Amino acid sequence: MNAVAEHEAGAGGAALYVMVWVYLLGLTAVEVFLAYEHFFSTGVMLAILMALSVVKAGLIVAYFMHLKFERMNLILSLVPAVVIVISLLFAFFPDGFRVLELGVKP
Amino acid sequence: MAEGTLQAVQATVWDGGVSPYAVGNKKLGMWLFIASDSLTFSALLVGYSYVRLAAPQWPAPFHFWPSIVVATLMTLVLLSSSLTMVLGVRASQRGERRQAVRYVLLTMLGGLAFILLHANEWRELIHEGVRLWANPWGVPLFGATFFTLTGLHMLHVASGVVYLGVVAAGFARGRFTHEDVEVSGLYWHFVDLVWMFIFPLVYLLSVAL
Repeated sequence: MNAVAEHEAGAGGAALYVMVWVYLLGLTAVEVFLAYEHFFSTGVMLAILMALSVVKAGLIVAYFMHLKFERMNLILSLVPAVVIVISLLFAFFPDGFRVLELGVKP
Repeated sequence: MAEGTLQAVQATVWDGGVSPYAVGNKKLGMWLFIASDSLTFSALLVGYSYVRLAAPQWPAPFHFWPSIVVATLMTLVLLSSSLTMVLGVRASQRGERRQAVRYVLLTMLGGLAFILLHANEWRELIHEGVRLWANPWGVPLFGATFFTLTGLHMLHVASGVVYLGVVAAGFARGRFTHEDVEVSGLYWHFVDLVWMFIFPLVYLLSVAL
């Protein structure tokens, strides 16, 4: 009952959800636009696209999935662990350049 | 007296307590599933990026029409289905049972539209000669990564539609509670979230210019 009470106090109204939805659509439009307008090199564009996607994911998690309105205890148990493990996946990444940099025929 | 003791324990969050997260066990279970599933998708996306980075060349077969337009439309459909889901959860929270079921059914419709559009995309690529192990551009890993990533995501959408159907039917009959609707919503938003990464990484970085 504690959970329900806390939840209801923090949950947003319909207008908030529609606004988040509009933001998500807007960010998607920016992404599609960037894919065609070559303002940046591929690497920079990749970074920008990923940053925009992280923002979109954050909006979905915070508002649609209500995590923003959950107890801090739950947020701290879930988010850092996932972020750290995903970061660890990139430990293999430099190895991806090996074939190209060393010029070995694949 | 037993109840009083329980509340005293619950009051001290950082000492553990009976319910340190203040969520039901179903919701906590779904959050743990989402944490682990997000790592599954992350591993696949990082694997795809790794393979693409190490490849001397990578095909860019997605033309503005139909691929990118349809993929953008699919993003719109999925985001809108997330909106109807969150409105359904809100309705169920307010006890508006019929309204909540209607919103969940709308969400399922969005999921079905996504699957149809995506299946058509697959059909066209397969028609062009793209397979799991080979394609006309001579980069077999393109098909392998594309079909694995989008296939696993489509499987999630498909099982999500079934899951929502079960929850909607049970909620309409009063067998399920608001918590069940909310937990199914968490799953649905997560499927939406994953697409937010697949769409730019797989489609937007492979546009045919």
